[in-house]
Amino acid sequence: MTLSVTQAVLDGAKLVDLSTSSVRELNAALHALAPDSNETFWKVAHPNGRHAIAAGLDADIDIEIDGPVGYYCAGMNKRGRVVINGNAGVGVGENMMSGFIHVKGDASQSAGATAHGGLLVIDGNASARCGISMKGIDIVVKGSVGHLSAFMGQAGSLVVLGDAGEALGDSLYEARLFVRGTVAGLGADCIEKEMRDEHKALLAEKLKAAGILGEVDIGEFRRYGSARTLYHFHVDNVSSY
Amino acid sequence: MNDLTNTPRTKPRASATFDEYTLSEIRRAAATGIYDIRGAGAKRKLPHFDDLLFLGASMSRYPLEGYREKCSTEVVLGTRFARKPIELKIPITIAGMSFGSLSANAKEALGRGASAMGTSTTTGDGGMTNEERGHSTQLVYQYLPSRYGMNPDDLKRADAIEVVVGQGAKPGGGGMLLGQKITERVAGMRTLPVGIDQRSACRHPDWTGPDDLEIKIEELREITDWEKPIYVKVGAARPYYDTALAVKSGADVVVVDGMQGGTAATQEIFIEHVGIPTLAAVRQAVKALQDLGMHRKVQLIVSGGIRNGADVAKALALGADAVAIGTAALVALGDNDPHWQGEYEKLGTTAGAYDDWHEGRDPAGITTQDPELMKRLDPVAAGRRLANYLAVLTLECQTIARACGKSHVHNLEPEDLVALTIEAAAMANVPLAGTNWIPGSNGNF
Repeated sequence: MTLSVTQAVLDGAKLVDLSTSSVRELNAALHALAPDSNETFWKVAHPNGRHAIAAGLDADIDIEIDGPVGYYCAGMNKRGRVVINGNAGVGVGENMMSGFIHVKGDASQSAGATAHGGLLVIDGNASARCGISMKGIDIVVKGSVGHLSAFMGQAGSLVVLGDAGEALGDSLYEARLFVRGTVAGLGADCIEKEMRDEHKALLAEKLKAAGILGEVDIGEFRRYGSARTLYHFHVDNVSSY
Repeated sequence: MNDLTNTPRTKPRASATFDEYTLSEIRRAAATGIYDIRGAGAKRKLPHFDDLLFLGASMSRYPLEGYREKCSTEVVLGTRFARKPIELKIPITIAGMSFGSLSANAKEALGRGASAMGTSTTTGDGGMTNEERGHSTQLVYQYLPSRYGMNPDDLKRADAIEVVVGQGAKPGGGGMLLGQKITERVAGMRTLPVGIDQRSACRHPDWTGPDDLEIKIEELREITDWEKPIYVKVGAARPYYDTALAVKSGADVVVVDGMQGGTAATQEIFIEHVGIPTLAAVRQAVKALQDLGMHRKVQLIVSGGIRNGADVAKALALGADAVAIGTAALVALGDNDPHWQGEYEKLGTTAGAYDDWHEGRDPAGITTQDPELMKRLDPVAAGRRLANYLAVLTLECQTIARACGKSHVHNLEPEDLVALTIEAAAMANVPLAGTNWIPGSNGNF
């Protein structure tokens, strides 16, 4: 192992500099952490858009990445808390099982794709297919999301403080969508639904988890979900596809 | 006035174009307004391995003694990048078939049979079950567009990962598991409501094209610490380019599935009219590997219509490293067995032709989630049948290899083959029998 790890003096974090260490070395070190390890705070410098940083994390630790990351950052994360001080490439937090990912910049396509759990917060905008095929994750986007977001979303919540692009929630299953701004268009079988008290409470819970409860007016959000008309294949619905 | 009663009449003449099956399909479509969905692969007559023959040893070739001289069959998959390649005792694997489309007993039987013969099984859409993992000594975990049940723990406990781009029955198509088969357990594994028709996506949600796939494979390797062999499976359509791009994307193993390869549920029109036959795909895939200098470095698995040891031997002779079987494995378990003829007739079909696997009413208890039907399949006995069948395939393949003078089945080569038809000669790039003519060859495809 030639991992270049420096003990950060001020905050006790382990510092991994990706200008001198490889992503493989970083991930191998993270995967090798013992359950009782006291190395619970890691900092990653000079990520420079590299792919698969902190992918496959399965540890109750904090990682702060200082700069932009490439594809699949923290992919399949379990338990880890990952903060990205920059933009994230395609598929940030894809298939996350649990834990927390905070993108302090913008996120590219397929953010949180197929993820089963945990919380993904994106301070900026997310591109197309945000939350595609989501299976239980909660995603809070403070900016806007692109087209086909929550496509075939099965479970979990997508909260968008800005606007949503075309075909929001296309072929949606049971994922719950909340959008504060405008929606360019709804996808097949996605409809606006009444925002009842239980939905407001649910939204408040998600905003609280993202640390922004009270910063936005819950009354400004609209709720979208599945009309469930495509749950059983029928020839009369062919024009919907 | 002519006496028409005594005029000779022609016999009723059925149309070759509008044959009985076609007429029945037109009537069915007119009655329902919906296309026909069924399981299995292409049923039409296609150029296939039957159109090839081995030459065997003669004056210029020295055969090996049957039952005495060794003819090895082991194959190692994933030697390019994986830290832990898969080592199989026979060059025959079990293709991906999901729990959901198949019963838990059927999955268990596949695991038992394959493990007894030292080979691998493969999960399918819907995730990995504990029974399947427990009964399969070597298990390939499919990474599919739907990602149903996908999780890092199962990824890490798999022995290999197969990124599914497509399958031979429906290159470019997704899937639909009908609500009858979405039981509480199946639905739970897929995070979907019980009883709804469940769509399997045709495209991956977070990558598009070979450049992205390369990064996706890098991620999967990172998650699994570069231990697992990573396969890329494609439906046979453009096998030369698809194989080359899979290699470029970093695959350890390429799986090419011809149009005879089965499916749990797809439109009949899709199965029969999209993709190319297995025979036409093998040499193109091998040529791509050879052109890249990667033949035998990236392994090739071929599937779609493998039935006997001759098919296995022919696929290997054309350059494959191993084959995969799906439909034949189900038949070995007991699918379409005449024992259930009475029940097949009640379903409007007959043993040997039953393919409504998506409806979940399989009398043999294999393509069903019905608890009562499932009980009909004894996983131990069915696993034994599969092991026997795999043993026969292997013995048959060895018999042919020895006759061709090969001490390992991988030493079979195109030079051992000739074709019975011009079409097969062109597709397989071997001479028409009795000639030295390879139609359309010049080394190009």
